[in-house]
Amino acid sequence: MIHLENIHKTYYAGSPLHVLKGVDLDVADGDFVSIMGASGSGKSTLLNIVGILDNYDEGNYYLDGRLIKDLNETQSAKVRNEMIGFVFQSFNLINFKTALENVALPLYYRGVSRKKRNAIALDYLDRLGLKDWADHLPNEMSGGQKQRVAIARSIIAKPRLILADEPTGALDSTTSQEVMDILRQVNREEGITMLIVTHAREVAEQTNKIVNFKDGLISSIEDIKQL
Amino acid sequence: MKDLFQEIFLTIRANKMRTFLTGFSISWGIFMLIILLGAGNGLQNGMMEGFRYMSKNSISLYPGFTSMPYNGMQKGRRIRFSQSDIEFLRRNLTNVSAFSPIYNKWSSNIVNGKEVVSSTMSGVEPDYQVMRSLEITSGRFINLADNRQNRKVVVIHPKTAEVLFHDQNPIGQYVEIDHVPFQVIGLYDEDGAARRSPSFYIPLNTAQIIFNPSGYIDDVSFVVEGIENKEQSTDFSNKLRRMLSQRLQFDPNDQNAIWIQDRLSDYMQAQTIFNGIALFVWIIGIGTLIAGVVGVSNIMLITVKERTHEFGVRKALGASPRSILRLVVWESLTITTIFGYIGMVVGVLLTEGLASILAQNAAAATDEPHIFLNPTVDLTVVLAATAILVVAGVVAGYVPAKRAVNVKPIEALQHK
Repeated sequence: MIHLENIHKTYYAGSPLHVLKGVDLDVADGDFVSIMGASGSGKSTLLNIVGILDNYDEGNYYLDGRLIKDLNETQSAKVRNEMIGFVFQSFNLINFKTALENVALPLYYRGVSRKKRNAIALDYLDRLGLKDWADHLPNEMSGGQKQRVAIARSIIAKPRLILADEPTGALDSTTSQEVMDILRQVNREEGITMLIVTHAREVAEQTNKIVNFKDGLISSIEDIKQL
Repeated sequence: MKDLFQEIFLTIRANKMRTFLTGFSISWGIFMLIILLGAGNGLQNGMMEGFRYMSKNSISLYPGFTSMPYNGMQKGRRIRFSQSDIEFLRRNLTNVSAFSPIYNKWSSNIVNGKEVVSSTMSGVEPDYQVMRSLEITSGRFINLADNRQNRKVVVIHPKTAEVLFHDQNPIGQYVEIDHVPFQVIGLYDEDGAARRSPSFYIPLNTAQIIFNPSGYIDDVSFVVEGIENKEQSTDFSNKLRRMLSQRLQFDPNDQNAIWIQDRLSDYMQAQTIFNGIALFVWIIGIGTLIAGVVGVSNIMLITVKERTHEFGVRKALGASPRSILRLVVWESLTITTIFGYIGMVVGVLLTEGLASILAQNAAAATDEPHIFLNPTVDLTVVLAATAILVVAGVVAGYVPAKRAVNVKPIEALQHK
């Protein structure tokens, strides 16, 4: 699903900062992989590159066999819309839209009619136990509820890949577990490839594979046997 | 398209204050522009109305006193127009389309039984009616036969008639002017400079015989065709002064011996003033419009900046740059159009309402000279101004949105 070859990335903010120093990584279709590492180790940068939210300086990135390099904004927007779902630490819901409208937004950009996309969005909210909250604004909901709305939004367009950057970072341990259960369920039932960045060991241990990151390079990969 | 408006409606609903401020600066800009231009036009229309009581190219000639010695005669000598001087003028002026010597008796009593009106009595020739744009509302004006036969007939204003005859029809009735009986033959109305006590008119020859046995005339008015600009009118005045200087024995350079009042130059002078006022009003109006445009640009700039994070989210979800651009541009187009329209409607309603109130007042009180008349604005101008603001609003939304759209999604997402 994901094939990274010798990815380099340098930030030029003041003094140059070499964040990724030649990363090679393969993630198989339907896999559930976590990336761990200290802050500043480059794990989030890697996730952003995989999500085409950021570009890379050197190397090659193939997504589902397609080389993702030097795409313009319109092209990358299309790839994101069709193939990738995002779950962010800070949820990134649009605060003046209701839960339902937030969930339906990816379908708006896919040109699905309003009536149809709202029906689908309600169905997804129902599956995540938030049907009664469909007409609420994000600031009327708890962190766990917001993250579930964000997850519903990330899967509504049936992406091939979900990228989650610290999805449990802003949640307490009970809600964190709920969110992880949902993500695992989505991975298993929909067969969507998951790549999550976390610094919590207990979160990472619920995935199939842990990629340890250190100073812009992969230091080790652990296979986890899920029961 | 319906979806797009749904999106726009949502953002507008979410930002009521901002939308109101943007909209208000547009509405206010248009509104003030209309009020300003309307006020300018009203002033101009009111003043120009005052000029209509005389044909634009009429010239009046009044005798004065010499201010220079001439041919051994001292200065300070009185110049007078005798009957033969008048006939000389009548014969020698070219291109004259109307001509009337005027004898004015400034205080004269016109009496019917116990009712008295005191006003100016003017002895005039038939041409006077055209020259002063008198409108005959009933009966007729003085004609050539009246003048030739020295008929004792009088044309009065309806206000005079009302005092003298109340509800009776005054036409054919007899009145006494300074103890001499006259027959009322017509009622006239005067455009523009209506006076508090309107004059009454009798044939010039009648006036000369009864009230002015000496025959000297102190006012000659005539209309000369082909005088259309300042130079021609100055030329004509100089020619006229030279012509009369020989006959009446005064220095041709003496400006005080005769007074030449030239309506055209008065009119053109007023015209210059109004052009100045119009220019001033336009400058302020355009300033207001610019202030509106700047206001809109400012708010759109802040809006787009505030929404950078939201744009980042939308991009992560697969929004193309074009779709975001379209969202912003349509939003500002919608706001500017709606509020521009509101400002336009309110402004036009106010000026039109004011115009109709003024028109009613003017009709009710004809003796008041109006400074202000029909303060309305050309609708094309209003539409053009609104269009300018709408276009400015769209550009004001487009430019910062274009910049925001080109930000990398990850940077937009990190924008707080």
